[in-house]
Amino acid sequence: MIEWLLIVVDIVSWILLIIGSICVLIGGIGVLRMPDFYSRIHAASLTDTMATLALFSGMILQAGFSLAAAKLFAIMLFLLLTGPTATYALANSALLSGHKPKAAVLEKKVE
Amino acid sequence: MKLFEFLGYYNYWVFAILLMIGFYAVIAKANLIKKLIGLSIFQSAVFLMYISMDKVEGGTAPIIKPGVVDQLYSNPLPQVLILTAIVVGVSTLALGLAIVVRIKERYGTIEENEILDAD
Amino acid sequence: MTIVFAIFLLTMLVITAVAIVQSSNLFVSVMLTSIFSLLMSTNFFVLDAADVALTEAAVGAGITTVIFLSALALTATQEKPNRSGRGIALIVVGLTASLIIYATFDKPRLGDPDAPVHQHVAPYYLDNTMEQMGFPNVVTAVLSSYRGYDTLGEVFVVFAACIGVLFILDARTGTGPKYVTRKMTGLRHHLIPQVVGRILVPFIVLFGLYVQFHGEYGPGGGFQAGAIIATAFILYSLLEGEQAALRAVPRSAQLGLVICGALMFGMVGVLCMIMGGEFLDYSVLMENPVTARQIGIIVIEAGVGMAVCGAMLSIFHAFAARSAEDTDEAV
Repeated sequence: MIEWLLIVVDIVSWILLIIGSICVLIGGIGVLRMPDFYSRIHAASLTDTMATLALFSGMILQAGFSLAAAKLFAIMLFLLLTGPTATYALANSALLSGHKPKAAVLEKKVE
Repeated sequence: MKLFEFLGYYNYWVFAILLMIGFYAVIAKANLIKKLIGLSIFQSAVFLMYISMDKVEGGTAPIIKPGVVDQLYSNPLPQVLILTAIVVGVSTLALGLAIVVRIKERYGTIEENEILDAD
Repeated sequence: MTIVFAIFLLTMLVITAVAIVQSSNLFVSVMLTSIFSLLMSTNFFVLDAADVALTEAAVGAGITTVIFLSALALTATQEKPNRSGRGIALIVVGLTASLIIYATFDKPRLGDPDAPVHQHVAPYYLDNTMEQMGFPNVVTAVLSSYRGYDTLGEVFVVFAACIGVLFILDARTGTGPKYVTRKMTGLRHHLIPQVVGRILVPFIVLFGLYVQFHGEYGPGGGFQAGAIIATAFILYSLLEGEQAALRAVPRSAQLGLVICGALMFGMVGVLCMIMGGEFLDYSVLMENPVTARQIGIIVIEAGVGMAVCGAMLSIFHAFAARSAEDTDEAV
């Protein structure tokens, strides 16, 4: 029974790790492919939230009940708090310094 | 084994290339802040060389595990030298930047050739 | 697997360094320098140097970037194009690089246990730390006891650099009229970063204290802790503005920290001499030499932490206060 549970936990953790890695990859591709600053930030923010959550949950499951798991949990909380804040601060200061989204510029041209 | 040997030299090659990238910024760029950035890359390259020397194959960080025999540890001495050098590096960098700030206030520029022309 | 990771990291380092030198926008260069430091720190960790990785992450990626940015605010953010002397520089650099690479073939390969570096004093430190000091982190033991002279010297270099910056930037003590007229109020109009930052500051200080006092048992020590705690106060001053930060830790307190830290280190050494031992030989401080060494190390690590924290804070405030002043006073 216990062995069964261990195998299930292992499989779940690997699925989470793979989901997290895919999110990082998508975020990276997005930063390269997206047309303007704001949509790039949007793509990159995927690595801040979803990838952090999935990767760290996977690693916590791998670590089991130990001090390492507690430390990983603390790091996850810290990253979930600071990552989106940094993204927000970046977008906000870009907007304040007068950087217009590409879509807004296009709309003006059409008008 | 072969791959590990290749990495052994790769570390030193990266050290040489980084050292020269930093050196290039110091001699070829006229901007004083760029020169300081180059100097800090140069410094980091030296740190990398020292830390590469401390690695022991199959070893771990030099924090003794009580009760474990035959555990290899990496060499603590280069680590101590570099640890202090990093903090000293940032203080001396700040000193350089302070001088650049004063130069900017005196000459109105931080480009080397313009400063030489102004003199 | 680690090898693939290491090669990837080293290659990224070279690419980042080229990008730093290539970019003509200094702001971009400085931000890339921060990434460079973070990559360097990961590299140190791969090479089994946990203490150095922690220092590089706290100092290189954190404080250096902030100091560079505050210097950029006072100078220029754009580099003017200059092509003179580029060819000669490239030739010199290329030749030297190939010479150094040629020389590396005579070096022992990475991780060779028979390399000359691992033969001389390192085995002595590794064998005797547990017995003589009673704690497992050899780096802390070498830093604060076996090679305490070196560390004392480094602390005084940091002290001298800090005094030098204060002299050059002409930072005044106390709050003169110049600081009162300051208009910049931090990130008042950015609500979310301010709230999150306020939550983070006490935790960063707490982590710094953990690193300070856990340095004998895990990676850490005075240098790292000082840098981390200074980062917390720098974050506070970015969020709340220069004045609020100076109210929390006034200039006199910053200088006091530097002076007290450096003096504490030196005084422990002198105390050892008074007790009949040699300079910085802690074993004479108490009956039991192991406890005596531990107490000596805790005190001097605290001194190092205070000195580094105070130096980083006063350097940052010297730059930040200058950008707040009117520039018409400058010659």
